[in-house]
Amino acid sequence: MTNNAVKHSEPLLRVSKRAEVVWWKGWIIRGISIVLALIACAFIIVLLTGQNPIEVYGALIKGSFGSSRKVWIMLQNLAMLLCVSLAVTPAFKMRFWNIGAEGQVLMGCLATSVCMIYLGDKLPIGLLIPIMLIASVLAGVIWAVIPAIFNANWKTNETLFTLMMNYVATQLVAFCIVFWENPLGSNTVGVINSSTQGGWLPVIFGQKYLLNILVVAALTVGLYIYLKYSKQGYEISVVGESVNTAKYVGINVKKVIIRTMAISGAICGVAGLLLVSGTDHTISTTTVGGMGFTAIMVSWLAKFNPALMTLTSFLIVFLDRGASEIATAFRLNESVADILTGVILFFIIGSEFFVNYKLNLRKKHNQGNLSASAKEGK
Amino acid sequence: MGILASIVFFIKQSIIQGIPLLYGSTGEIITEKSGNLNLGIPGIMYMGGISGVIGGYFYERSTDNPNAFLAIFITFMSAIVGSALLALIYSFLTITLHANQNVTGLTLTTFGVGIGNFFGGSLTKLFGEGGSISLMFTGNAFKATLPFASKLGLFGELFLSYGFLAYLAVIIAIISSIILTKTRVGLNLRAVGENPATADAAGINVTLYKYVATCIGGAIAGLGGLYFIMDYTGGSWTNGGFGDRGWLAIALVIFALWKPKHSIWGSFLFGGLYIVYLYIPGLGRSSQEIFKMLPYVVTLVVLVLTSMRKKREYQPPESLGTTYFREER
Repeated sequence: MTNNAVKHSEPLLRVSKRAEVVWWKGWIIRGISIVLALIACAFIIVLLTGQNPIEVYGALIKGSFGSSRKVWIMLQNLAMLLCVSLAVTPAFKMRFWNIGAEGQVLMGCLATSVCMIYLGDKLPIGLLIPIMLIASVLAGVIWAVIPAIFNANWKTNETLFTLMMNYVATQLVAFCIVFWENPLGSNTVGVINSSTQGGWLPVIFGQKYLLNILVVAALTVGLYIYLKYSKQGYEISVVGESVNTAKYVGINVKKVIIRTMAISGAICGVAGLLLVSGTDHTISTTTVGGMGFTAIMVSWLAKFNPALMTLTSFLIVFLDRGASEIATAFRLNESVADILTGVILFFIIGSEFFVNYKLNLRKKHNQGNLSASAKEGK
Repeated sequence: MGILASIVFFIKQSIIQGIPLLYGSTGEIITEKSGNLNLGIPGIMYMGGISGVIGGYFYERSTDNPNAFLAIFITFMSAIVGSALLALIYSFLTITLHANQNVTGLTLTTFGVGIGNFFGGSLTKLFGEGGSISLMFTGNAFKATLPFASKLGLFGELFLSYGFLAYLAVIIAIISSIILTKTRVGLNLRAVGENPATADAAGINVTLYKYVATCIGGAIAGLGGLYFIMDYTGGSWTNGGFGDRGWLAIALVIFALWKPKHSIWGSFLFGGLYIVYLYIPGLGRSSQEIFKMLPYVVTLVVLVLTSMRKKREYQPPESLGTTYFREER
């Protein structure tokens, strides 16, 4: 009788948190979700175009690996996305939801452009690059620290604050573009210093994007070490886990919040420098192109681990390039790339549940098992 | 035009600009009251717009002499279903699968804007016609005003010259305000948003409340997209035409201090701020860009001031942005 009662009080499906996941199991689950996502995407494309799904996958791969030029573009996009993802990571690790990377990078872009336009032809490149670096880092830091100060002192909601700062940055750039537009009336800046190449980051080994990639690689290693082995990195983890614990062990939480956001902003500034001086040589309100938001995804998927972020940002860039290739190959409106990226991300987001939680089916006659799984759930 | 007439004209334009924001912010307030910070609202508003367009497109194609009432009904229902569906995806991922709300919301925005621009740009091509979508008939049905409105001079111009969706926005905001503050359902919903664990202990079905609030909120926000497409632009879709109004709606939630009744006048104010640069004589293009910053700056100021004043009723719902898992306390 009692056995019967127990059976009925337990729901058919019960969710419990996994204590710890073996890393490869987690990646198998994520891998399965990506495969399922790709099947869903092919289904959508076939529905829209009536093409053979194999061709769709071919186009997907061709987007990143179709030619050596495409490989370089993919690597460049990967580097930039990774750079912004690195930038948001220290703050996220602290559970500070900075969704203003878009604006912080844009301010870095703006500072770089100012230097290029007003100093580009006047200073030697050896002096100009440090100045641009300082300016862009400073711009990023200012944009990131403002919300941090308010959050640290008055608990102002950082998600909403940083979100609003994005649009203020966008309008500042739009404001400056009016002064810099070239040709007049086009509302675009055009290539800055196109003849003198003043303020352009140097091309090394004949590869336009190589310098960007190396800078980001160095940043990745640096941030990995900073977060994992430095005292400050440890403080970030403690504040992220529990503000009360941090206070109890004597960490100055306000200081950590502001300092960490300054680091985030500084890396955003570097990203801005690389985007304007190292890549586009121009600026527009869409220079960052939503990377500030995609970076959140990259960082979150990698569990805020800079090394894993190379993998997750590759994944996102690969899918994004592939989706645009699909759009061109099947002459679809380019927005189809957004739809496909969205679908794939939904699957990946959903898969995190199965990585972190366990589904327990109701057992029929096994009381021993029942109490065991109840213990696990604790 | 006399001074009075131009002021009335400006107010009218502000209200027209404000209506999509009012829908968006009312929807987002209801969502956030359940503790869900849905940053997918901009995507949902695009989705509401395009679902309405798709519904209207098929209706106008299917018949030679369309009926205004039916056209409105079909587009209206499609918009609600489409946007609620996106909100359902968000709910499933964040509530059932405990996914991070920021990440899910931002993805939803990418997805929704993508769907809007994809179908908006190629719906006619997919069905072998080509050209851009223009639903004149449905658009006019939505724009219809009371027949005597134009005869009432400035009064009629100011109060009676809008399509029905504009009045519906205000009515929905008022009803939401009453439900949130005066009924048990509203009390329960606020409890879920403030402290889901306590609400759960008190016997409130947290999951159900979160799901329903998010989906209804999404549907309401979607109507903002529908208003923009059908009433404001008269049934023709331009890719990206809706712009950043979705984010502005989220800003308005903060400005209104999570109260739909403040959203009503707040949305008209934001609508005014959004277009005021067009009405100030002698503004250069550069200063126009600075003026476009206004709604966001005003929101920032409100956000900062309210957080400094620390008054309980001005704060965001306590559990906003966090997922609730019963076994994890």
